Amino acid sequence: MSENLPATTAPEPGADTPQVRRTGTVRRVLRNPLGALSALILALLVLAVLLAPLLAPQAPGASTLSEAFAQPSAAHPLGMDSAGRDILSRILYGGRGTLGGAVLALAIALVLGVPSGLYAGYYGGRFDAAAGWIVNLVMALPAMVVLLASRAILGPRVWVLMVVLGVLVAPSFFRLVRGIVADIRGELYVDAAKVSGLGDTRIVARHVLIVVRGPVIIQVSLVAGIAIALQAGLEFLGIGSTSSATWGAMLNEGFQNIQRAPRLMLWPGLALGLTNAALVLLAGAIRDALDDRAGAARKRSRPRKVRGRPAGIEPATRTASLADATGRSPLLSVRDVVVAYAQADGTDKHVVHGVDLDVHPGEIVGLVGESGSGKSQTAFAVLGTLPEGGRIARGSITVDGREIVGLPEREHRTLRGRTLAYVPQEPMSNLDPAFTVGSQLAEPLRHHLGLSRAEAAARALELLRMVEIPNPEQVLRRYPHEISGGMAQRVLIAGAMSCEPDILIADEPTTALDVRVQAEVLDLLRRLRTERGLGVLLVTHNLGVVADLCDRVAVMNAGRIVETGDAADVLDAPQDPYTRTLLSAVLDDAPARPAWQPHPSTARTATA
Amino acid sequence: MSMQPSNHPAAHREVSAADALLSVDRLRVSFPGKGRRAPATEVLKGVDLAIRPGETLGLVGESGSGKSTIGRAVLGLAPVTSGTVTFAGRRIDRLSARRRRGLARDLQVVFQDPYTSLNPSRTVGDTLAEPLIAQGTAAGASRERIADLLGRVQLPADAASRLPREFSGGQRQRVAIARALALDPRLIICDEPVSALDLTTQRTVLDLLLEIQEATDVAYLFVSHDLSVVRFMSHRVAVIHHGEIVETGDAATVTGTPSHPYTRTLLLASPVADVAEQRRRRAAADRVAKKEQQT
Amino acid sequence: MLNFIARRIAAGAVLLLVISAFTYLLLSVPDIDVGRQLLGQGADQHAVDAKNTALGLDRPVIEQYADWLAHAVRGDLGVSWFTSEDVGTAVSGRLPVTLSLVLGVTVVTTVLSFLLGVWAGVRRGAVDRAVQIIGVAGYALPGFLVTLILVLVFAVQLGWFPAIGYTPFTESPGGWLSTVTLPVLSLSVASVAGVSQQVRGAVIDVLRQDYVRTLRTRGLTTRRIVLKHVLRNASAPALTVLGMQFVGLLGGAVLVEQIFGLPGIGSMTVAYTTRGDIPVIMALVMLTVVGVVLINLAVDILIGWLNPKARVA
Repeated sequence: MSENLPATTAPEPGADTPQVRRTGTVRRVLRNPLGALSALILALLVLAVLLAPLLAPQAPGASTLSEAFAQPSAAHPLGMDSAGRDILSRILYGGRGTLGGAVLALAIALVLGVPSGLYAGYYGGRFDAAAGWIVNLVMALPAMVVLLASRAILGPRVWVLMVVLGVLVAPSFFRLVRGIVADIRGELYVDAAKVSGLGDTRIVARHVLIVVRGPVIIQVSLVAGIAIALQAGLEFLGIGSTSSATWGAMLNEGFQNIQRAPRLMLWPGLALGLTNAALVLLAGAIRDALDDRAGAARKRSRPRKVRGRPAGIEPATRTASLADATGRSPLLSVRDVVVAYAQADGTDKHVVHGVDLDVHPGEIVGLVGESGSGKSQTAFAVLGTLPEGGRIARGSITVDGREIVGLPEREHRTLRGRTLAYVPQEPMSNLDPAFTVGSQLAEPLRHHLGLSRAEAAARALELLRMVEIPNPEQVLRRYPHEISGGMAQRVLIAGAMSCEPDILIADEPTTALDVRVQAEVLDLLRRLRTERGLGVLLVTHNLGVVADLCDRVAVMNAGRIVETGDAADVLDAPQDPYTRTLLSAVLDDAPARPAWQPHPSTARTATA
Repeated sequence: MSMQPSNHPAAHREVSAADALLSVDRLRVSFPGKGRRAPATEVLKGVDLAIRPGETLGLVGESGSGKSTIGRAVLGLAPVTSGTVTFAGRRIDRLSARRRRGLARDLQVVFQDPYTSLNPSRTVGDTLAEPLIAQGTAAGASRERIADLLGRVQLPADAASRLPREFSGGQRQRVAIARALALDPRLIICDEPVSALDLTTQRTVLDLLLEIQEATDVAYLFVSHDLSVVRFMSHRVAVIHHGEIVETGDAATVTGTPSHPYTRTLLLASPVADVAEQRRRRAAADRVAKKEQQT
Repeated sequence: MLNFIARRIAAGAVLLLVISAFTYLLLSVPDIDVGRQLLGQGADQHAVDAKNTALGLDRPVIEQYADWLAHAVRGDLGVSWFTSEDVGTAVSGRLPVTLSLVLGVTVVTTVLSFLLGVWAGVRRGAVDRAVQIIGVAGYALPGFLVTLILVLVFAVQLGWFPAIGYTPFTESPGGWLSTVTLPVLSLSVASVAGVSQQVRGAVIDVLRQDYVRTLRTRGLTTRRIVLKHVLRNASAPALTVLGMQFVGLLGGAVLVEQIFGLPGIGSMTVAYTTRGDIPVIMALVMLTVVGVVLINLAVDILIGWLNPKARVA
């Protein structure tokens, strides 16, 4: 994703920032209809089961043989079973064993799984290795088989079997917690807490538990469902305890009488199904609520640069239009383009407000701006690859004189690759990790140009030579993770050039590279322009790159182009106040800091 | 880019052990390879550095050069294989966890990425309280101190009750700086503190760091890949390449008329925002490259 | 690659050894008087002792285990204490039934999960919501409850399939199909629910990757991108879940075989474990562990083939 995705803008100090509303997770779960419903069902079930002695018409074991298979009546709202026992009473009392057993299994699993997961994830080392081994061992055992074997060993007491079940599901908590903690351990904020002098216990309490809590709660409701199902399954097989009423045993009884009274299966089945469905739905609601809370934070954790513009600067009017008064560039011409994103509330959020741009054949045009200025959005609009929810709301884009705004996707696609090509910012994430360099280069060649396998391979080799990759034959056979970032960027440029496009859209093509590699890639782009008459739209935040490569430049701020002109003119004598601010922040011309003096108060005068 | 020659001699040697606040000697760090049989990779191969009180030492290098590892080793976050780290006359390279925590008063850090260096689910106030809690500061005094710190990094006082996601990258980096300042340290490791920030924000954060140094006489180890930023911030500059320091000297010399060929290539490869000057640089870089090809 | 497989098989053998020792010792804890159980309460104490000696139960547990192990490595799993059947023969006679189920469920799950998951992940919108609801429903209902509902509807009410019994494939392929259809369907509901969600999530995740956008800018069609790039990258996480479902399947088979009266490993487990017939239980546990080890190995090899970064050796 680009760093320019529309998001709420957080202004720099001075501007008033509206408080983001923070609501509790619990409240968010309950506001979700499914979450509220499932919580209500569970609460009612627990309550009914606890109050069984008050609610049940009679004792669960009391039987009146003459009333076997009796239909529901006022005295027995759910009817009677095959032995003339009241079904409602049996359901209520049976729930005690079912829910109680699940609670016991969960408690055991939590006690075993969570602390060990915390320890293994945080400290790693031998404990982690040993615990991991045991966990794999336990997870290799099918729970049902082990439970049956345990019953043979330990006898038919349900409570004992639930303890065994707890042990069997503990690994799922261990793995979950260990995984999360191992991730958090690598976070910079944990390093910062260590440097702040916090001990491990405090770090775990402040930074780790807060993150682990949510997923563990979700896992609890899922595991509760599994425990209930397994327990009922055992009882259904008739190997739980036989003395008391249980939902599983009731189902078994119904199953025995499936021809005569399948109705008997209804109520225990419903109780079981409802409980489990409520648990799963509740887990889903909690997950959604937690995602909601973390969503904004996660969205923000990736962008590389800050948005927002310095206070007091109004978007200035254009000082000069890039296009001549005579008309639009025959190669690429953008007029009055507005990019809008549909918001959740149905309104549109505009991120580009009427941009004009022209790129002539053999010309490199820089599109410069800070993050959030809309420069990448403009590039994606030209390519027709705006992220989900984004569209061109107004304006015109012509490529080789042909209007592409409103063009059906099928026709737009024929332009991509053959006329318009794209070089991305991050070289590594833009190559498919599962395919070799050669196969990724060959794919568009075969698709667009209809080359045979051998022809495509030969052409791919030629392309790698063109971007000056040493040992191209070997590189063709490598996977993306086996080559360096600089080489990956050359491969991407080769891929962009594969079907001999007329225009290259390069989105920060050197930002992820070291300066020496950057210089080489810039040289490569310069050579391609000269040799092939390529038009290049270069999106960048780096004014040095503009000075190095661009013929002309357009400066963007807050979705508008504030200044355009010859690169040399704009950099030497900026007209727009925003461009001036940008240039004044460049440190190229700032004097080096003078040598250190032992007396600090007199030493720092030449820094401004 | 001004190219005036400096009349200061290369400064590393002149920092005597007695002068130095931090001294790193023949520091080696290696990380175990992934998997049992993979060989360990040596990231630092015998690094020497020294920083005096109130001084900024800039550390420049490319990705993978080991520049961040030096800072992490000083902070006790990377394993030291051999060599020594001395802070205020005391060896700190092999401290127990408890002693290391005691060092928090003197030695602090500002990391590169302000998006991951603050816990997204803790308020700014919570984050700033962390070093104070570790020192056992009372809640009331702690609140006062946090308000004071926020003022020093020019953030509004109500920032304490808000979550990091409500702030921009530049503001978050100010929070990280405030956290580093909480205990009035004598040295702050600044690990690429502005490279994730936009140009204009970058400048305001750098100015803040300079201002703080002027007021408190804190020393900085300023790690960056950007020569112009390091030149602006540092009294002296060290250049690191493949885990070794190739050149050390005062900022004007190292970033203006470097003596090591690697530093020269680095300098010529960094583009400047001036078309004519950049054309000259490119020509010079081409000449150097041609000369290298001939030899 | 061979090196990797050899190491994994060695690790599996160690796992088998540990689990076998562990199980054997645990099974011996309750100190059941097997001879008495076999001969009945009225039997003569001498006869009971003689029976126990004949079974080797008068020796220390360690010795019993060593004896079992020595035979087991040679492929001799012993004789059932209670039925005197040869355990190897009994197990291999029942294996085809359970394998029919397991293979059937694996095929159904793989095909349906990928169809539903990819469809939902690519289309999103209403299709996605429908698939998610199916997923939650399938996941929420306990497997044997689903089975009972299917039996009630398709066997008892509609009479399309037999409610009970098994016809071997070799006897009548048509009969085999009609006896395994309902059991396979019942077991597939939960696994399709779980795996299709995983596929959907992985597809959505891959579609958001930078390289998918770059492939679009090369003019490739969405269809081609999904079928070639997205499917391959999304398969690895789905396979992991599929492997885990397999372990659960072995447990599910117990209930389903019991309900449909299928003479498979699952119903055998129920019948023999409750009596504490150690030779049979040991064989069943070993069989399950071997199955799990092999499946995990297959999943890892497949993932390595799909994702070169995860490749070992």
